[in-house]
Amino acid sequence: MKNYLLKLADDTLIMGQRLAEWCGKGPYLEEDIALTNIALDYLGQSSLFYKYATQFYEGKSEDDLAFLRYEHEYLNAQLTEFPNGDYAQTILKTYFFAVYQKILFEKLMKSQDSQLAALAEKALKEVKYHYAHTKTWLNVFANGTEESINRLGNAVGNLWEYTGGLFDKTEEEENLTKLEIVPDSEMLENEWQGTIQKDFQEFGMQIPENAFMQKGSRKGIHTEYFGYILCELQYMQRAYPGCEW
Amino acid sequence: MKDLFEILQQIPDPEIPVINIVELGIVRDAKMISENEAEITITPTYSACPAMFSIEEDIIKLFKEKGISAKVITTISPVWTTDWITDEAREKLKNYGIAPPEKGAGEEYLNVPIKCPKCGSENTKQISRFGSTLCKASYQCLDCLEPFDYFKCH
Repeated sequence: MKNYLLKLADDTLIMGQRLAEWCGKGPYLEEDIALTNIALDYLGQSSLFYKYATQFYEGKSEDDLAFLRYEHEYLNAQLTEFPNGDYAQTILKTYFFAVYQKILFEKLMKSQDSQLAALAEKALKEVKYHYAHTKTWLNVFANGTEESINRLGNAVGNLWEYTGGLFDKTEEEENLTKLEIVPDSEMLENEWQGTIQKDFQEFGMQIPENAFMQKGSRKGIHTEYFGYILCELQYMQRAYPGCEW
Repeated sequence: MKDLFEILQQIPDPEIPVINIVELGIVRDAKMISENEAEITITPTYSACPAMFSIEEDIIKLFKEKGISAKVITTISPVWTTDWITDEAREKLKNYGIAPPEKGAGEEYLNVPIKCPKCGSENTKQISRFGSTLCKASYQCLDCLEPFDYFKCH
């Protein structure tokens, strides 16, 4: 259970940290606010998952888990750490993640673990807004100018090979699935592909077929970008151990 | 029990001070567990609601003034919904210039027509799904041109 909780917590922590890089740099004020609102939602979700995870890590606080682990101990999917790139890439990445979270939390809401079910139900309400927001933008990009269509195409090319990692399993995940505590990851992946395909058709786009997928997500294997974001994320706790606001 | 809720009604929401935490629906339970100890259960509006910390402090401080030591418990389940906001509070929000959330809105909540809190017109435009706090979206009235916040359904 503890690795699965870290997988949920690390995903949202890194999504939030990465998205917050847009703070003050958004294309216009309302979008700047939208992105940081979404980033804050992620941060809140990660905080709740870490808090729950502390029950399985004796003597560790929520902050210890979030800020004082090493690179190989983080179980987030590589997609979450991938750089923001341009606005099309940021929105596409958030969209991919929103579809994943939406499907995941709809299932987790029915988990045999009541605490996990409650956290999922809470987060799902937020995720629906993320999904609606990013989907609206993708439609605009896909039906916009030659420039926006090109950029969106590049974003699909950059991100697609990392999407499979969202569904890689943590060590004990299969047992949790047998106990009906967490949904089956392969089923999630099928549903995710189905939703993306349906939406992409609406946008007049196609999903890549038989594409290569990066390996190593959920096992502590990361992209070259991860060390840098971790440095920034952990700086305060490393420089001023135990500091609190 | 009723007295405790009356005390809690004195605590405003830190981000929207015209309504208090009881009418916002985030106080789930309040009881005395001994002669001078109270246990208050609250639930966050959003996972990341930054006001939770200051609400907890406010509760402890206010009860301390009354000689009661308050213990604040945060619960996630059942999940908070804007349907728990009282009618009275909705009226207060409107007068404050924030369009209150529609009651009982389901999946289609993103497309419900939002009445302008100033002139009541339904001829409004969404400027952004997100706003100055997690619980709000930005709108503008196309009749009286007033820009306003909408407390979005959740």
